[in-house]
Amino acid sequence: MKKLLLATAATALMAGAATAEDIKIGVILGFTGPIESLTPDMAAGAELAMAEVSASGKLLDGSTVTPIRADSTCVDAAAATTAAERLITGEGVKGIMGADCSGVTGAILANAALPNGVVMVSPSATSPGLSTAEDNGLFFRTAPSDARQGVVMAELLKEQGVGSVAISYINSDYGKGLADSFQAAFEAIGGTVTISAAHEVGKGDYSAEVAALASAGGERLVVAGYVDQGGGDIVRAAIDAGAFDTFHFPDGMIGDALPATFGTEIDGSFGQAPGSDNPGYATFVELAGDAFNGQGTYAAESYDAAALILLAMQAAGTSDPAVYKDFLEGVANAPGEPIMPGELGKALEILAAGGDVDLVGATGVELVNGGEAAGSYRVVTFKEGNMETVEYR
Amino acid sequence: MDILNAIVALANYVLIPGAAYGAQLAIGALGVTLVYGILRFSNFAHGDTMAFGTMVTILFTWLFQSWGISLGPLPTALLALPLGIAFTALLLLGTDRVVFKFYREKKAVPTVLAMVSLGVMLVMNGLVRFIIGVGDQQFDDGQRFLISAKDFKDWTGLAEGLALRTTQALTIVVAIIVVAALFWFLNKTRTGKSMRAFSDNEDLALLSGIDPQRVVMVTWIIVAGLATIAGVLYGLDKAFRPFTYFQLLLPIFAAAIVGGLGNPLGAIAGGFLIAFSEVIVTYAWKKVAGYVLPEALQPDGLAQLLSTDYKFAVSFGILVLVLIFKPTGLFKGQSV
Repeated sequence: MKKLLLATAATALMAGAATAEDIKIGVILGFTGPIESLTPDMAAGAELAMAEVSASGKLLDGSTVTPIRADSTCVDAAAATTAAERLITGEGVKGIMGADCSGVTGAILANAALPNGVVMVSPSATSPGLSTAEDNGLFFRTAPSDARQGVVMAELLKEQGVGSVAISYINSDYGKGLADSFQAAFEAIGGTVTISAAHEVGKGDYSAEVAALASAGGERLVVAGYVDQGGGDIVRAAIDAGAFDTFHFPDGMIGDALPATFGTEIDGSFGQAPGSDNPGYATFVELAGDAFNGQGTYAAESYDAAALILLAMQAAGTSDPAVYKDFLEGVANAPGEPIMPGELGKALEILAAGGDVDLVGATGVELVNGGEAAGSYRVVTFKEGNMETVEYR
Repeated sequence: MDILNAIVALANYVLIPGAAYGAQLAIGALGVTLVYGILRFSNFAHGDTMAFGTMVTILFTWLFQSWGISLGPLPTALLALPLGIAFTALLLLGTDRVVFKFYREKKAVPTVLAMVSLGVMLVMNGLVRFIIGVGDQQFDDGQRFLISAKDFKDWTGLAEGLALRTTQALTIVVAIIVVAALFWFLNKTRTGKSMRAFSDNEDLALLSGIDPQRVVMVTWIIVAGLATIAGVLYGLDKAFRPFTYFQLLLPIFAAAIVGGLGNPLGAIAGGFLIAFSEVIVTYAWKKVAGYVLPEALQPDGLAQLLSTDYKFAVSFGILVLVLIFKPTGLFKGQSV
């Protein structure tokens, strides 16, 4: 009897909203693995945008959005592909907010998203290699390519008078891409890279790696790795052996775990992660409130990634990825009404009326080069065990 | 001054880490070699036995820490170590009763027993992951450094720092005590002598009235002790993660085979040989050469034989060379 009632009620609901649907969006991030301390805030950022759109009731005649999480593991391409395949064929997601790490993002794009024709917007995959990957216009990212981060990092070190550095990078698409782009940029402006050596994640002992780095020398150690594994261990071993006193941390290392683990031991070190001083960022952090850390690395990018997918659907008038993929750049870039975080409802209204919007969002997102963010970076330093923002560039 | 700097740099990056790692491998290899010598099979479950013992020790360490018990400057884990050994001994005796005994009574060939130990390895592997999880566990407390690199530089005025962690010193001290106690036991006590007799010639030992059950039991208890101590020292010095203990199996077996399987002295020598080879072959000699050599002779490159990625290849390489040229190992052991 109960079942019958439920079924009747469900049928009535379906009939009531003729075109409205429940749109599922995949949130594929490394909830376990080397960046597991960053991903909860990223997922929360993306889900904030989805909740905002659902609550407005203005998406495609009152459709709702349901996020479905899956684990990319950050490093295991096979596991990530399986997770994405399950979301696409099993759950029927209309778009994917993810993935996070460059290697698994490339794998999901090639093996799951491309064959099934699903749009992917990654908030944090930064490998320069993804710019040239075959994507049929389905792949976008709200994080800038590391080709850009390498240049920013090189200029920053040069301005601080650092002439030579050693690089330890994680043996992955992300680490290798960033180390190469940084080395090229740094040497082009007269810097010296004494050694550029890879490290693996999940080893028990990093003293041999640090011994090689120390022997090569350098004024700073650039650790292009992940904070929770490998990269953090390299820093630990380098401090223990007295090999390096100051470090430079690219985006994969910047997180609350860093000052929490090392405290005052990394005072005087610098780093940078994507971030901007545009007014939307403060609004976003405010929106996040106590629910999650809005300043978490890539949390803002995740919000914008999810918002882009949903606004493009509205602009296209359908949740079909094959159609709305052509509208992402339009809603991200000028011209149009600037849209701040928390104004997604207004954007949906403008789009429904046939107007044009320019999503500023939490990061001032502008898509260039066929769908990747132009990018600005937040430069941080470590003082008395705290991470402090120095400037934006 | 330059020579001093070179010596300090070498000690800091090669000698101290190599000695600590070598001691950990040596104690691990002793366990493997005892099982091979007395029970006559290659026990592939040894790495995961180490992980199990370490896990129990970690759990008790956390319990003691929550009670506020500590050893001052020494890690609390030392206090939990006997409990870890006790539980591991129970596990090994139970495993022997349920699994190995069956094959021993059937006089199964060593290869079959080695395959059986692979199965045991997978079960223990799962057990450890099930109880403590797959992640990193830090359980080192107490004073971190005996000598820190910065203090050393301040005291001596040298350009190079020397760091000696408490856990590294502890590893070496504990290793010396364990090895001394083991040799005393094997050479001086009645039980030890009967174990050696059993290892040399099983039939003759049985004829002279040695109880095989007792020998097997004592062997497993000693192996549990060695495995737990090796595992806890490695975990204190580096970090505990089930997967890295599984990976330790290769260098430990390499050490035992290189030294000569079944020969305790060989296991110790093999442990240090493997450890120092791994560190020396992957070390970049540029810095030391810079201090010692005249300017004209200084290398431009890093003077590194192999990149650190190939660390495990060194154990493999030595293993292959020894098996080709001296299958019984450097010290006379049994051939594999």
